[in-house]
Amino acid sequence: MIYKSKKIIWMFLLPTIIFVLLFLYLPFIVSVFNSLYDIPNITGIDKNFVGLKNYKDLFTDPIILSAVKNTFIMILLTVIFEVGLAIVLALLVDTTKAAQKFYRTVFFFPVVISATAIGLMFILFYDYNIGLLNQMLIKLGREPKLWMEEGKALLMLAVPIVWQYIGFYFVIILTGIATIPEDIYESAYLEGATGFQKIIYITLPLIRGVIKTCLILVITGTFKVFDLAWTIAPRGMPNETTYLLGTYQYKTVYEASRVGYGCTIAVFIVVLGFLISIAVNKLFKQETI
Amino acid sequence: MEAIVNQFKIKKTKPKTLNLHLSLGGGIIHVLLIAWSLTTIFPLVWVLNNSFKERTLILKDSFSLIDTNTFTIANYVTAFSRMNILRSYFNSFMISGSVVIGVMFFGGLAAYVLARYKFRGRDFIYAALISAVLFPAFATIVPVFMGLYKFNLINKHIGVILPQIAGNLPFAIIILVGFMENIPLELEEAAVVEGCGAWQIFTKIVIPISKPSFATVGIFTFLWSYNDLFLQMIIIRKSEFLPICALLNKISSEYGTDYGLMTSAVTLVVIPVMIVYLFLQKYIIKGLTAGAVKG
Repeated sequence: MIYKSKKIIWMFLLPTIIFVLLFLYLPFIVSVFNSLYDIPNITGIDKNFVGLKNYKDLFTDPIILSAVKNTFIMILLTVIFEVGLAIVLALLVDTTKAAQKFYRTVFFFPVVISATAIGLMFILFYDYNIGLLNQMLIKLGREPKLWMEEGKALLMLAVPIVWQYIGFYFVIILTGIATIPEDIYESAYLEGATGFQKIIYITLPLIRGVIKTCLILVITGTFKVFDLAWTIAPRGMPNETTYLLGTYQYKTVYEASRVGYGCTIAVFIVVLGFLISIAVNKLFKQETI
Repeated sequence: MEAIVNQFKIKKTKPKTLNLHLSLGGGIIHVLLIAWSLTTIFPLVWVLNNSFKERTLILKDSFSLIDTNTFTIANYVTAFSRMNILRSYFNSFMISGSVVIGVMFFGGLAAYVLARYKFRGRDFIYAALISAVLFPAFATIVPVFMGLYKFNLINKHIGVILPQIAGNLPFAIIILVGFMENIPLELEEAAVVEGCGAWQIFTKIVIPISKPSFATVGIFTFLWSYNDLFLQMIIIRKSEFLPICALLNKISSEYGTDYGLMTSAVTLVVIPVMIVYLFLQKYIIKGLTAGAVKG
């Protein structure tokens, strides 16, 4: 065997291990410790040990409750529409050999744009005075609407979040479909299966692994949403009703200067994301039996 | 007419019987797909179109296409005069360029060892490295900020570069290890016979063969670093060091009602990523699917 030298192994691995430990694992552990303190300043000076008080606050904070609810609604919407539409689009594109490359390029393209720019774009769409939507309504002879009003705002926020990443999952699923061997379809055709039956009984079951990957990525991704939400609905606008866990954590640390509590929320986000990933994994395993 | 076209299609695809009945719905399928394409293209065209209009005209009619009478670069003039946009581009390229180089270099070295060497703890280290993707930036940002503050790295490029390298390494390792594992060993064995050391094998054989996966990693790292508002916003507060996304965020909070300025600012932020995407999209899609479908 040519690959044995211990010295090389550690020399090559060490920089990466140091980076990941120093900037990901260690800070997370420190966050867990910080969550037991009251820290009034982001520089970490003047911290006070308060034990589990932050966790007590966490479970009685009404905004946390609404942020959790909003995050779960967002997850539900992204799972249904982001992954759902991605599957539909991939199935459709797979049936046409023509222009596949064009569709891939065009569908994927919002993914590469910064969420900040997309956020500003949608602010312009939703704007009461000049917004694209209201100008359309006026052209159709209707009254302009207030798009980001309470009750509707969360859904309006979900639109760009869902829209931006459909292309990402579309490409992954399309490739998954392409790896299914042709002869399976051919034998199904000989058995007299219709196109719809082939999708239900062959395509979808065979790309179940890919769909699982997508679901885990979508769910953990939705926990991380920040840029878009902060641009379109800063501070949970309107009336703190659209906070997601990420935006609320930012506000707690950087605007309310409750750093210890912010770390508590951060720990909560990681634990929740972790539990849900495990649940998704379990769910898909059970079904295969 | 359509019937003739369809007949022709059927004849042509006769040996491959499977698409036969689907070609009936072919027209509808393309209509649906083109409808979705419009939702991804139209918003940006709308922004681009309006960025070349007078502010007042956007208010009146944001749908009309620009013509020689209404065309103006006034919004871009405002953008460049109010904000130091070139400086922000420079900041962004310094930061994202360094992050790309760092991630490809360190990630490449680590992936090579993880893909080729057999040693105790290999599986554990690999699992620990790639599961670090589970930490969102919120979970680590406070201690990272405190650490950077202690070492006086706040408001400096390096303060964004270091955490971004760390944040992108897990993804790089997933993609690069996946690719390198599939390179046949023969070349490397031959190189050993020729007397090459590990470093030479890495630079002369592994890197050239793995170029496509390095391209994927490089492009995604660039896009994520360039687009990452959260870290930019927190680490850099001085306007002379603001990267372009943080600047855009600042423009929108200060001049949010100047729609002309907003549309031109969005265009300016999007242009570099559009260029990267259109020229290098082949690597983006290839690499992404290679990594994701495997995992």
